[in-house]
Amino acid sequence: MLELKDIRKKLGGQEVLRGVNLRVAPAEKVVVIGRSGCGKSVMLRHIMGLLQPDGGEVFFEGKKLTGLGEEAWNPYRRKIGMLFQGAALFDSLSVFENLAFPLREEGETNEKVLRDKVAESLKIVSLAGTEQKMPAELSGGMKKRVALARAVIRRPDLMLYDEPTTGLDPVVGDSINRLILHLGKMFGMASIVVTHDMTSARMVGDRIAYLHEGKIYFQGTPEQIDRCEDPLVRDFVRGHASGMDVIG
Amino acid sequence: MQRVEVLIGKFGGFLVRSFETSGGVFLLLADTLRSLFRYRIRWDQLLEQMYFIGIRSQVVVLTTGAFTGAVFAAQVWFQFKRFGMESAIGPTVSIAMCRELGPVLACLLLAGRVGAAMAAELSSMKITEQVDALRALGVYPTEYLIVPRFLALVISAPVLTALALVTGIGVGYFVAVQIFGVDGAYYWDNTIKYTDRKDVMIALIKSFIFAIIIASISCYKGMNCPPGTAGVGKTTTEAVVNASLALLICNFFLTVLLNSVLYSN
Repeated sequence: MLELKDIRKKLGGQEVLRGVNLRVAPAEKVVVIGRSGCGKSVMLRHIMGLLQPDGGEVFFEGKKLTGLGEEAWNPYRRKIGMLFQGAALFDSLSVFENLAFPLREEGETNEKVLRDKVAESLKIVSLAGTEQKMPAELSGGMKKRVALARAVIRRPDLMLYDEPTTGLDPVVGDSINRLILHLGKMFGMASIVVTHDMTSARMVGDRIAYLHEGKIYFQGTPEQIDRCEDPLVRDFVRGHASGMDVIG
Repeated sequence: MQRVEVLIGKFGGFLVRSFETSGGVFLLLADTLRSLFRYRIRWDQLLEQMYFIGIRSQVVVLTTGAFTGAVFAAQVWFQFKRFGMESAIGPTVSIAMCRELGPVLACLLLAGRVGAAMAAELSSMKITEQVDALRALGVYPTEYLIVPRFLALVISAPVLTALALVTGIGVGYFVAVQIFGVDGAYYWDNTIKYTDRKDVMIALIKSFIFAIIIASISCYKGMNCPPGTAGVGKTTTEAVVNASLALLICNFFLTVLLNSVLYSN
């Protein structure tokens, strides 16, 4: 379904991605883990076409997307949903208008259809009845759930999650993880979850890829990564600081 | 010697950044004009922006127009009465309001009020990933965010300038006639006699071009905001300062150009 071939990217003179290769099969849930600043979110932005690589290629459903102009990306973006780290709800629009936005952009004008679809999506994320609230009135977890409802309202084939549990308490984080699993099962969509939360990674991933120094350093099932004895992977998975990382 | 090199380096850096910004502004303007004809107009967005820019700016622009007319009429009266030229106050106020004071001051006020709001709103959207979210939902940001703001300002600015002119000339009349005792009939007759349609045209053309400058610079700054909340403040300040300076510099060239075109014979 999705293939990244040797993706390279420099940002601000620093080589963030140094040849990322990754394949995602239909309905597969891949978790990309790695330390802060290792290029996980940058990789995700290449899949969505929000950044263009300096080298390498992105293929989606067999079609090469690299090199397409901003507007030529749009038909593919409609098949890919993305949950942003900060939710990225439009703060001048109500929850209803945020969710109806992608549908209106597709040309849906029937208000009853819009109301039904928005209500259905909000029910999936357990936020029924919040249509009239403004984003500023929602908690961090609620914002993420609304953003998730907006991202899946068009039933994309692939969902990208950028740090879905960051900044949330463990209970809300767990509910987001369950939601990711639930949506995957419900709509059969593939997912790429970028996180450094190992609990989340083990819970939602069919496969976990460890991104290190701009490359996929290791990938395997959650069990394989837990058994991996490579010091870099082991330290990350177990949350151990070593060498230069030890403070004091 | 080293200090000179540092200074030259800094000046070179400033020049490069200035050219980069100017190029970016022109590219955004070209993209805005292309999007204007390529996509459907979002009437709801346009009306919302026109309400904010056109209706909500009225008090500020009318106050500016009124007091500019008032103070200019007073100053002209103090000077002209020495030569017994009180009857020339009307056309002097009227022509100055039309050709320079009306469009320049109204648009400077718009650069401060509307330009700052545009830059702050767009840069906030940029740093909170809302612009990326728009792109991720398959919407072209220039079409959704810039075109309505651009159109609303380009339509509203000449109307607001016209209102500022009427208020300025009217208040100038009041000050000269009611306060300083100038003959009202002469004042009005000379104002109409010496104020040409071309003077009003200059005001409207200038405000139209100033609106393009304000919208392009403010939107460019907003869409290219550096990350972080400090970036929003910096962007907003830069948008207002750059737009105001560009407007004042452009005003000189427009004055020369419009006078040579409209008054060539």
